Amino acid sequence: MLILHRREFLKIGSLATAAMLVPRFLKAFEQPGLSEGQKVLVIIQLSGGNDGLNTVIPYRNDIYYASRPQLAIPKTQVVGLTDEQGLHPALEGLKELYENGELAILNSVGYPNPDRSHFRSMDIWQTASDSQQVLTTGWVGRYLDAQCSGCPHPSVQAIEVDDTLSKAMKGAQYTGLAVHDPTQLHRASDDPFFREILKKPVVDDDHLQVDYLYKVMAETLSSADYLYDQARLYHEDGQYPDTQIGKDMKTVASLIMAGLPTRVYYLSLGSFDTHVNQQPQQQRLFKQLNDAILAFRNDLKKHNRFQDVMIMTFSEFGRRVSQNASAGTDHGTANCMFLISGGLKRQGVLNAPPDLQNLDQGDLHYEIDFKQVYATILNKWLEANDQLILGKNYTYLDFI
Amino acid sequence: MATHSAAEPLWKYQHLAWRAGFGIDRQTLLQWQSKSVKHVVKTLLRQHSSTPTMLQTEEGRQLREQLPSLSRRFLQLTADEKKQLQKLQREGVKNLNLAWLQEMSTTPDFLREKMVLFWHGHFACRVPNVLHNEQMLQVIRENALGNFGTLLVAVSKSPAMLQFLNNQQNRKQHPNENFAREVMELFTMGRGHYTEQDVKEGARAFTGWGFNAAGDFVFRKNLHDDGVKQFLGKTGRFTGDDILQILLEQRATSYHVTEKLYRFLVNDEPDAHQVQILADHFYDSGYDIPALLERIFTSEHFYEPQNIGARIKSPVELMVGMQRMISVTYPNPNIWLLFQRSLEQVLFYPPNVGGWPGGKSWIDSSSLMLRLRLPQVLYAGSVWNIRPKAMPDEIMDEDLQMQPATGSAEEQQRVRDYIMHAIGSRMQATVQWDDYLQQFHDVAEAQLGVEIAQLLFVNTPQHVDMNRLSEYVDHSSRERFIQSLTIQLMSTPEYQVC
Repeated sequence: MLILHRREFLKIGSLATAAMLVPRFLKAFEQPGLSEGQKVLVIIQLSGGNDGLNTVIPYRNDIYYASRPQLAIPKTQVVGLTDEQGLHPALEGLKELYENGELAILNSVGYPNPDRSHFRSMDIWQTASDSQQVLTTGWVGRYLDAQCSGCPHPSVQAIEVDDTLSKAMKGAQYTGLAVHDPTQLHRASDDPFFREILKKPVVDDDHLQVDYLYKVMAETLSSADYLYDQARLYHEDGQYPDTQIGKDMKTVASLIMAGLPTRVYYLSLGSFDTHVNQQPQQQRLFKQLNDAILAFRNDLKKHNRFQDVMIMTFSEFGRRVSQNASAGTDHGTANCMFLISGGLKRQGVLNAPPDLQNLDQGDLHYEIDFKQVYATILNKWLEANDQLILGKNYTYLDFI
Repeated sequence: MATHSAAEPLWKYQHLAWRAGFGIDRQTLLQWQSKSVKHVVKTLLRQHSSTPTMLQTEEGRQLREQLPSLSRRFLQLTADEKKQLQKLQREGVKNLNLAWLQEMSTTPDFLREKMVLFWHGHFACRVPNVLHNEQMLQVIRENALGNFGTLLVAVSKSPAMLQFLNNQQNRKQHPNENFAREVMELFTMGRGHYTEQDVKEGARAFTGWGFNAAGDFVFRKNLHDDGVKQFLGKTGRFTGDDILQILLEQRATSYHVTEKLYRFLVNDEPDAHQVQILADHFYDSGYDIPALLERIFTSEHFYEPQNIGARIKSPVELMVGMQRMISVTYPNPNIWLLFQRSLEQVLFYPPNVGGWPGGKSWIDSSSLMLRLRLPQVLYAGSVWNIRPKAMPDEIMDEDLQMQPATGSAEEQQRVRDYIMHAIGSRMQATVQWDDYLQQFHDVAEAQLGVEIAQLLFVNTPQHVDMNRLSEYVDHSSRERFIQSLTIQLMSTPEYQVC
């Protein structure tokens, strides 16, 4: 603990006086992670452009079957939800969540002037920009900027379960932390040489960039220590599938249960870029997703935490209504999103199925701007100033 | 360093070397020091060859051969042939990336390549076509130290840019505004100096600009809207060329480009007053790039303390700087792509039309720790156990098998460990220590630490406390001492800035 204190002091740059910050640091060690009722968001990114029409399936729609002679999921295999829509058979486990009021589905989520390039559209979703605008910060990063001045470990407020950090997690002031496994991160950063050079007194001079790097470094080492110490307090015993996404969800559950103050977790699954031979690939990934979500939900329910946690899935775009000649689909536009939680206010399918008659160059028109979903979550779930973070006001939705 | 009749203090030359290049070896530094900074700058600007040899790839050569028959049969190509073609293209872009990285790491014309890196970010472009990328890179390399107007026109007419910004879809009655918008917003004036109406009118003028199968610019008269346009307060039957000339007449263009260059060469935080002075000269010189560089590198402002060590090196600058100091070769050069991807600057794959934002955006908790570990990986056989994010529009994943078969976590971990072992194992890297060690042959034992630190760091007064490092350095021989101290010094925050 002593070491930790000393490094906390080192973190203080030339911009603040030590005296000002000490009480907060001391408080930081006493305060529990999440206060009562604080909500957690778990974002699952389906990378590569997931085919939404084979995810939430319009199984009564002739146009769907006519457009996809080989790829359409036969009516008999669809996991029915409403009279009009059902789930891909590999997502069978979500049916139980649907019946329990723990699943909400949004159809036709997108944005104006859709971009069909993976990297650009992913950029738009991760930065919450308009189609014509390029932003250098991510939306979760800007949430950190807005909420974290004064947090003892700002980067622990948003954790990405990966080796590197997505743009979504990078703000102007603060960035989230990328960690696959707290023990691994601890081992990688627990280097005596790094600890040694961090003992250098901060020089108040014109080399602010070096100063800044020392601050990031100190913050990273102290976050890694903190995470490691906290994570050890809880032994995760939930049953999770032996897949990467299963392991990642298990990591998230154990960090939530360990009482970390983390409000946002970010995970990825892919690749859903199914130009060729779509069915087996989507089937395999959906099974992994289904099993991991189910395990996570059961684990959280057992510990009575599921009402405070919400999973949100998204993808950079959906795919073309008609299949292509390689039993796959090409890049499209609007798409479905899942919202999964024990704390939903409105459940089930929240809006009309996509209109397959009225298309934009073979693609769906969007009905809900994805930034409305972000705004709703930022405001109602994370209690943050969505207008500040998103740069303008969006109409809230009513799922929470 | 041994004091010759130093014209000026050493740190000035060190600062210049990092901003006008990728750092400097001790011999060159001492040679520079025997002349005035002004003289060194003039020599740098004069000595580069005006027509660099084009960087070409084997894939590009094959494609060029196949081009005539391919374009004849393009509509009849089978799905398999198309897939092969795409693979060849991407493979080519990958190898062009490595060829250029190698060029930056070895060329005596480092000022030019440094400027090419700048323009590569300014004219950000991402197309999966090796011939188009080769052509555009060459256009930039030929004009990087020439005239900005010439460079702007050449890049705007390159197939890579026309394709990337959808100008092939920009035609009379169906304008596509993307090209006109980016030319104004990113390449010339910057936001806030034009209206949406100017974008629309500009787009009309660019209709008909395209390229043919051979990759040559063509003006398709029948697709061109030759009506009267009103653009930035002028009226006429403007063509695309007219629009570019009108844009060059705007002082805002000079300011925008100068400010961006200032961020790249002087300080991540621009000083508006200094930028204005430079921009006015740049405009008055008719956009002469060498004159602007000479003004920057010989100004007193450039050497003011707030500008020393004020830039965070980009990942490519960091890697090239290390390569130029102590060269490492891998039998599988793809590891350089793995580094680029992990540190998030992949040449020819800018994150979006805006290029790499640079500055503090290079740094987050993960990327900083990776950068600090890079010297251990390159020079001491540490393993790089990082899996970068997938690039969906990319084939690198297949090549590096970075996407293990979706099996059990255990199986994935096995694949992952195998990959990391294969590309990161110490058996494979060959480190050329000899030249580096030789540089210090005349340095006394007691002076070694200081000399090495002076060579690696720009901000000498503030660097890490050498006494603290003693127990992390190998004292068993002079050679081991130099090697281990060098690696440790490169593993510090100080080495991340220039």
